[in-house]
Order: sequence, then C-alpha cells, then structure tokens
Amino acid sequence: MSRFEYAPAPESRAIVDIKSSYGLFVNGQFVEATDGKPFKTVSPASEEVLAEVSEAGPADVDKAVRAARKAFDKVWGPMSGKDRAKYLFRIARLIQERARELAVLESLDNGKPIRESRDVDIPLVAAHFFYYAGWADKLEYAGVGDDPQPWGVAGQVIPWNFPMLMLAWKIAPALAAGNTVVLKPAETTPLTALAFAEICQQADLPPGVVNIVTGAGRTGQALVEHPDVDKVAFTGSTAVGRAIAKSVAGTHKAVTLELGGKAANIVFEDAPIDQTIEGIVNGIFFNQGHVCCAGSRLLVQESVYDEVLARLKRRMGTLRVGDPLDKNTDIGAINSAAQLAKIRELSQVGEDEGAERWSPECELPANGYWFPPTVFTGVSQAHRIAREEIFGPVLSVLTFRTPAEAVEKANNTPFGLSAGIWTEKGSRILWMANQLRAGVVWANTFNRFDPTSPFGGYKESGYGREGGRHGLEAYLAH
Amino acid sequence: MTTLDSGVDSLADVTSSEDRLRRFLLGLPGVDQVGAEARAATLSTRSIKTTAKQYALDLAIQMIDLTTLEGQDTPGKVRALCAKAKRPDPADPTAPQVAAVCVYPDLVATAKRELQGTGINVASVATAFPSGRSSLAIKIQDTKDAVASGADEVDMVIDRGAFLSGRYAMVFDEIAAIREAAGDAHLKVILETGELVTYDNVRRASWLAMLAGADFIKTSTGKVSPAATLPVTLVMLEAVRDYHEATGLHIGVKPAGGIRTAKDAIKYLVTVNETAGPDWLDPELFRFGASSLLNDLLMQRTKLATGHYPGPDYFTLD
Repeated sequence: MSRFEYAPAPESRAIVDIKSSYGLFVNGQFVEATDGKPFKTVSPASEEVLAEVSEAGPADVDKAVRAARKAFDKVWGPMSGKDRAKYLFRIARLIQERARELAVLESLDNGKPIRESRDVDIPLVAAHFFYYAGWADKLEYAGVGDDPQPWGVAGQVIPWNFPMLMLAWKIAPALAAGNTVVLKPAETTPLTALAFAEICQQADLPPGVVNIVTGAGRTGQALVEHPDVDKVAFTGSTAVGRAIAKSVAGTHKAVTLELGGKAANIVFEDAPIDQTIEGIVNGIFFNQGHVCCAGSRLLVQESVYDEVLARLKRRMGTLRVGDPLDKNTDIGAINSAAQLAKIRELSQVGEDEGAERWSPECELPANGYWFPPTVFTGVSQAHRIAREEIFGPVLSVLTFRTPAEAVEKANNTPFGLSAGIWTEKGSRILWMANQLRAGVVWANTFNRFDPTSPFGGYKESGYGREGGRHGLEAYLAH
Repeated sequence: MTTLDSGVDSLADVTSSEDRLRRFLLGLPGVDQVGAEARAATLSTRSIKTTAKQYALDLAIQMIDLTTLEGQDTPGKVRALCAKAKRPDPADPTAPQVAAVCVYPDLVATAKRELQGTGINVASVATAFPSGRSSLAIKIQDTKDAVASGADEVDMVIDRGAFLSGRYAMVFDEIAAIREAAGDAHLKVILETGELVTYDNVRRASWLAMLAGADFIKTSTGKVSPAATLPVTLVMLEAVRDYHEATGLHIGVKPAGGIRTAKDAIKYLVTVNETAGPDWLDPELFRFGASSLLNDLLMQRTKLATGHYPGPDYFTLD
C-alpha cells in the first residue's frame, strides 16, 4: 500500500489586494508620512517584498495624537455607550465578512500557518470586538465604580506574533470604554493593521477615533513619550517594557504591560497521556513558538519521563513544516531574520551548555526564515535555554519528582505569564493553581484564549490585565 | 501511564486473574474529553486535494464492509448488494471492489454463493446482535452457524451490561469463547461505544477486546445513536497503536454507522494516517461499516476523473 501523501492545498492569495505602498492612517484618512523613511515588509516564508510602508516620525505621531485628542473631546468621549457599541458591532461584523482575506494577509505578512490565522487569530479578533461592543453601554456594571470614565487618548504598541489579535486586544476595550487610540503595529507585520484601518473607514468610524502609525522602535518611543497620551498599553519584550515603564514614570500616564514569559508546562504521571502530548505540542509549536505564554519549559514527572519523551518525539515526526498558505501546514515560517538569528543563537547556547538537541527529520524550504521543531533534553534550571525566552519552536525538557518540586521549579523564573498542569486529579490541579506564580494557569489544556477571560502576568511578565471585565479596567479611570 | 509500562512487560499476566485484569484496565491512562475532541477536530481540517484525494477515495472504497442488517433483508436484497460489491460503479470498471459484504447469519450462505471467487469476504454479525442479550451458549451457536455457512469474518457484540457493571472478566471470557467458536474467521468485536459513553470506557473496552483475541475492534452496531464518531475512532486508533507497541501485533479498527460522505471518510483516513500510522491504511486493518457511503465515494471519484458530478441516478441503489 502506497503512502498517503497530502497534495499541496494552498489557500488562494487572490482574495487579498496588497497595495504597493501604504501611508499612515491619521484622522480617518491614509496620509503620507512627513518625517520618516518608507520601509519594506516581506513575507517571511519567501523573503518576497509585499509592500512599502511609511515610517511615522515624531511629527507624524504628534498629528495622530492630536487627531485622537480631538476625536475624544468632540465625538467619541461625549458619545453614548450605546452608540459606541453600534460602531464596535459593525467593525466586528466587517471583520467576519472579510475573515478569509484577513487570514491570508496575516499568514503572508507574519508567516503563521493559514490553519491558525483562519481558525484561531481572526475568529478571536471578531470575538473580541463583539465581546467589548457588549460592554460599551454597561461600564457602570464593570465593577470599577459607578461612574467610570475613559482615560482619553491611548497610545498602544503591539508585537508581530499575533498582529491582528493583539490589535483587537488593545483597540476593542479601549474604544468600548470611550478612549480614542493611536496604535503602532510591529514593523515586520503592519499589513493587517492597515487593513483594519480600511475597516474603520468602511464602518464610518468617526475620524481620529482610531489612528494607525507604522514604524519601528523610534515611532513607538515617540508615541509612548508623547505628552498628550493618557494611557500606554504595550505588548512585547521585557526589555522594551522596562524602558517604557521608565519613560512614563513620574508622568500622568496609566500603563499596562504584557511582556515575556517562560512558562512551565507540568506533566504528572497520571496525566491523560495522548491529550497531554497534544498539549505539549500546542504549547510550544503553536505559532512557531512565537507566543509570550508558550509552554517553553516542559516539566515532566521522572516516573513517566521516558514514555512522554518517546510519544512526544513520535508526534513531532508528524508535524508539517512549510508554506504558511498551505492548509495542511502545522508550522510556518519564523517571522524575521533577526528572530531566526536569536533562536539559532540560543539553541547553540543550549548545545554548548550540554543539553541534548533533537528535531524530527524535516525538509525546510530554501528561501525564507525557517527553524525545525526542536526539543532539548537534559536541561537543568541553570541552563540559559531554561531561563531565557527563546520565542521560537524550541522546547526545554526538565524533570521533577514531587508536586512541591514542580511548583518550586515552575516558579523559579523572573517571568510569570502562564503555566500548564496535566493530571487527572482535580484536587492537585486546584492546589497547583494556587501555588503557581503565573497570571494564567491552564489545566489539561494550553494556549486557549477567550475574550471573556483575563490575561496578564506576574513579576517580569508585566502588569495589568487584558480580556474580560478586567481588561476594561485598564481603560477606565476610577 | 506507569501501569501501561508495567502492563507492557507482562501483558500475559494481566489476564491471569479477574483482579489483575480489572486493575490493568482501570490503570490505563485517562482520556481527556475536551482534548480528544479538539484533536479530532484539528485532524478534520486537513485539506485533501487532487492526487491525495484520488488515493483516499479508492482506498476508502476498498475498506468498505457493504452492509445490510435489516429485518426486511431477503436473499434478493443480499444478491443485489453482492452485485454492487463486485462492481460498485457500473459505468466505470476501474472502480475497486469493496472489502466485504456484511449480513445477518441466515443470509451468509446467499452472500457466499454470490461472492465466490471474487476475493470479497462475507462478514456476519453474530452473538445476538445488536443487543447481545442472550446466553453464552446461544451466542456461541450463533457464531458457529455463521461460520458454518461460510462467513469469513464475524462481527460480535460485547455484553455492555457486564462491562458497565465492571464485570470485565465476564466480557473477556465471552470474547475469548467466541474467538474460539469463530475458528479461522476474522473476529471483529463491536464495543457499541454509543452505550459505553465515555472515552475512558472506550479505551478500556478496546484493550479488553484486544487482550481477549479480537482481530478488529469496531465502534458500533449501527443500531444505537451515536454510532461511529471521529473522536471515538481516534481513541480506538490510539489503543491499537499502543497495543502494537507493546506486543508487535496489528489489530484493525472499524468505525461503523453514520459515515455517509466521502468527506467524512477522508477525515477518518487522515486520522488513521496521523494516529496509528500508514500501516493501518490497509483494508486488512481499517474498515468502514457503511452502505450509503459507497455511492458518495463513487460520485466524488467520477467528479475527480471527469470534472463534473453525475446525478445520483447514475449510481445504483444497492
């Protein structure tokens, strides 16, 4: 019997219409940047240039903040919650209508598999807008006082790993609460944010309520440090988060930071083994491991270590790495050359420090940025690959003997964003969840997101919560 | 998991006493319902096109146990079904034959005559199918009758009442007795997963049947709803994979009932491929218990070859 080879099943690119160049979205219109140089965004799967994008300099950022201020004072701030909700519902529906196009665009610009952008990212984006639309006229019931007020202008800086989902996490609650926003997408993944700007136009959102300024660190800095920004929201690396916290210290600005992580995914001997293996795979290989809450440290009870490892390796052998637009791809491209270099460097450090490296046989495309799914065994707490965020498809495996040791090792990190527990014993799940110093603790699952559920970190993983009722709190003065 | 490991070392021991069997089955790793269903749903999103689809459609046809299990069955109906099994698509002689025709014991002889020399097996349900509510003596006689009439394969049902009340040894002994009565015939053990309800039960019943000598484990009689589902089949495929790892033996899997479209059949084949592995992509180790599925497979097959859908009237009813 011959093998069941899946023929290529590419999602069509024809559905997206990428312009050759994009301006900034300020005050409801696309405008040329005045003081920055244009830059290119490429498809990480092929290194093909997708479009030229404008870099917003300080003068451009200033214009955007002024537009947001004016919209806040004249239109969005005074508008009733019920009317704001109408706009948000309209945006949510437009996102659903254009879901396929947005998914293809996200996969092209980011490198993530279409299966994920189609089934996870974009549906969650729409869900966030629907969810927060429902809150817009009910803010006094959010549990933050009986007359909560918006901050004013929110300056938001988001990362490249979930470009449109992070945009939704930032913009939906901000607008529902009555703030206006200036958002800077990451420099390697600006295209879905610019498509979102078109959606704002389509929805007749009043000019200035949403402004999108593209650019790199310099643009982000200008936005965060702008004196007329009332609220700063950032998702990204701990190093940049620290710099932002310093820059806003002593100002009137409110801040929420969602930073790095080094989550422990803890497997007990009584775990539901087959689903646990899926959870490990999903925990670290989902989105090429470009996930701040990724389960990058696997803690396995010693009594089942051999079996878990053997099953994990067998499962990794079935992962399909390749063209992000192929509907059967499980792992896509690494987002940028810089990120690939970082993953390679830390993996080399892992080998140099004596951990054992393993990847299944897999053919990587010749062009673009690729890294095979990788597991390191024989890792100890002292190794850098057990301490630093790799932000790639690289899993470090450690062992433990008792629940107390699992907790100790899981908490022994400067981060505290998420954790996973795998056991059939309910009482142990509850006990562990109480002990773990992590904002999100998943039990018998991993990387599950829902707009109703708050998300955020302990320690150097940041502060403030996004999602759910708690996520509203970050955009309300009380 | 630990139990599985120790079980692997001493699988013969496991069945040496009722107490050991019970401890082994209860010690099998649990199945998380949400996770199992999520995995099946993800596998369902695989997109099988062009050459892969061609391969899958032809393979699925060859895996069909073309089935009629009705009170109203007659020799005439069975003869018609056998004709269809031999030449599924009258317009296209390149369409492969199905694996077997599955009937009640009293119609085995009729089917056997019709299928002589074709390589298509005759499968017979037995053991007081579908409820299994009869004495062991009658179940054994039922099986012997089917085999004596020429059945190549016997599809037995387990005693779900005994299983659900924890009398695992009784279920085991019954399967072993039917195994013996079936002689050289291939034994498929129907778990009736719609009545076992939980995935933990499905895993335990799968192991119990394999330990007792099943050649195949089969989801359903088709008389209980739900019949076959993808997550249940996934759990059973994990069981045969683990059993193979422990013993080196290949046990087959047969989802039956409720699989009506080519699209569904392809989802099952993807799940086989990525769970038990390519070894199981073989009619010797994977079957579909179905009847209406065949026509949809044939229609999709024609569509792939000619570029257009023929109407349903171009395919025979049975």
